[in-house]
Amino acid sequence: MIKVEGVSKRYARFTAVDNVSFEVEKGQIVGFLGPNGAGKTTTMRMLTCFLPPSEGKASVAGFDVLEQPMEVKKRIGYLPETPPLYPEMEVGEYLQFAGKLKRLSGADLAKRIDEVAQKTNVGDVLKKLIVKLSKGYRQRVGLAQALLHNPEVLILDEPTSGLDPKQILETRQLIKGLAGDHTIILSTHILPEVEQTCERVVIISKGKLVATDTVENLTNRMRGSESIGVEIEGDVAGCREKLEKVDGVKKVVVREDKNGRGYFEIESSEGKNIRADVARAVVQGGFNLTELKAVGMSLEDVFLQLTSTEAKEEKEEAK
Amino acid sequence: MSNILAIAQKEIKSYFVSPIAYALLGIYALICGWFSLIAIANFIEMSQMQQGAADLNGYVIAPVIANAGVLSLFLAPMITMRLFAEEKRMGTIELLITSPITDLEIILGKWLGAMGMYCAMLLIKLLCLSFVFIFGNPDYRPLLTAYLGMFLQGGALLSIGMFVSNTTRNQIVAGTVMFGLSLLMWTFDWATTFKSDGWAKVISYLSLTSHFNSFSRGVLDSKDAIYFISVILLGMFLTARSLESLRWRS
Ligand SMILES: Nc1ncnc2c1ncn2[C@@H]1O[C@H](COP(=O)(O)OP(=O)(O)OP(=O)(O)O)[C@@H](O)[C@H]1O
Ligand SMILES: [Mg+2]
Repeated sequence: MIKVEGVSKRYARFTAVDNVSFEVEKGQIVGFLGPNGAGKTTTMRMLTCFLPPSEGKASVAGFDVLEQPMEVKKRIGYLPETPPLYPEMEVGEYLQFAGKLKRLSGADLAKRIDEVAQKTNVGDVLKKLIVKLSKGYRQRVGLAQALLHNPEVLILDEPTSGLDPKQILETRQLIKGLAGDHTIILSTHILPEVEQTCERVVIISKGKLVATDTVENLTNRMRGSESIGVEIEGDVAGCREKLEKVDGVKKVVVREDKNGRGYFEIESSEGKNIRADVARAVVQGGFNLTELKAVGMSLEDVFLQLTSTEAKEEKEEAK
Repeated sequence: MSNILAIAQKEIKSYFVSPIAYALLGIYALICGWFSLIAIANFIEMSQMQQGAADLNGYVIAPVIANAGVLSLFLAPMITMRLFAEEKRMGTIELLITSPITDLEIILGKWLGAMGMYCAMLLIKLLCLSFVFIFGNPDYRPLLTAYLGMFLQGGALLSIGMFVSNTTRNQIVAGTVMFGLSLLMWTFDWATTFKSDGWAKVISYLSLTSHFNSFSRGVLDSKDAIYFISVILLGMFLTARSLESLRWRS
């Protein structure tokens, strides 16, 4: 549904996004994770045709953002980092205006406004001036705007920033409920948010893609376990039995089993370093160990980096 | 089309929910009223000197319109300064640009909105002039020409002002730069006071006032109309280019 291939964005001399590639499948919720200044907003702006990529290709629903921007825009609902609201308008009036920009009109538009107002819980402030809304309501009106034309793809830049814990929960619930019908990318620098809402994660830092992974793998790493990949020559099923008996091994998955060569992915239980034991078990079992490597290794590092920058910021803010 | 109108409507409304519209209309009414007063006084004096009614069109309507044309030069920056600068500062430009509408639709909508505000000012002036029609019996045809002229001149000013507003995110800067440009365009025809051929003629041709003056005298010249329409198109073209380059640069 969304395809990003080797996309870069340069501002004058500064490279904000550097050769990033990832894909999002239809109906998925993907979390776009990275510390401040990582390039999340910039990447989203390129996907929504607000900024053209300096290099590389990006496409949404099969339409290239540079070549067919109109087709892309029709299919995208976008909540920018600061909700694009006109303070002097009433909420209902604003949705009316946004709907017309999205080429809706008449009864159709009225119906859609009703629907999104209900979904995002802004029904009771439709007559209120936007300038008088609290930050949380503004965020919700922004989200309502993004949903108006029922787009296939939703791009949400920090949809929960500035909300209170209850609203955060509600918004996450709402976003989760939208998955399936919609393909969603949401950016955040809060790790638990990704854990709770997203199926997949794309992590960038300093403009570079650091990893893409499923949330499951991610959380495993968070808990301190690790995955290693092992390639052997010999009887694969037999080797698997041996490996499962190694102390600290939680799960063994056979990825490949061909012509007497096997490739396993082994997950350790928490805080155990199993590499040495695994290697020994393979060799002592009479198999040839041809490869042993960590899978997606740098994730842990990224997280250390992420969390440490976050902690630093919080400290600075506290000062 | 409906989204062009939606943008225009939004622009007009945003003038009227802020004090801008009332300040502009108030100043305009005050100054137009003052001009009319002077013109009428002048007319009465002339009538007494000439022992009979002087030409209402020549002594009242033409000077009031001509002065009001200059006034537009000064007020246009206040109409246009916020057009794009404010959208950029508030980030709402992201909504406009990422919506499935073309740049041209955005530009036309904005320009029409500004024209709406400007036409409200022209209406005020019509009110100022209406009593001439109530108490006298001037020829209304020159007035129609003059209004066409004011419409075209305003369109040209607003189009250039829209472009200036698109080059910055600061309204004050947009307003000041446009004000400077207005002054320049006004004074270009002073070139001919020193020299009446060659480059002086070219520069004078670029002056908004020289083209407007014939309109205010009730003379319809297609050359002048073409000049204003070209300026309108130029402003829109420049705005479109700068919207595009906004994307490429930042
Ligand atoms: N218009 C611009 N001109 C120059 N540099 C810019 C511009 N916009 C963003 N940048 C730079 O690009 C980098 C990436 O910015 P971006 O806004 O994409 O980060 P982000 O991941 O969204 O961060 P945050 O979590 O703070 O929202 C930053 O270092 C920023 O300073
Ligand atoms: Mg951001």
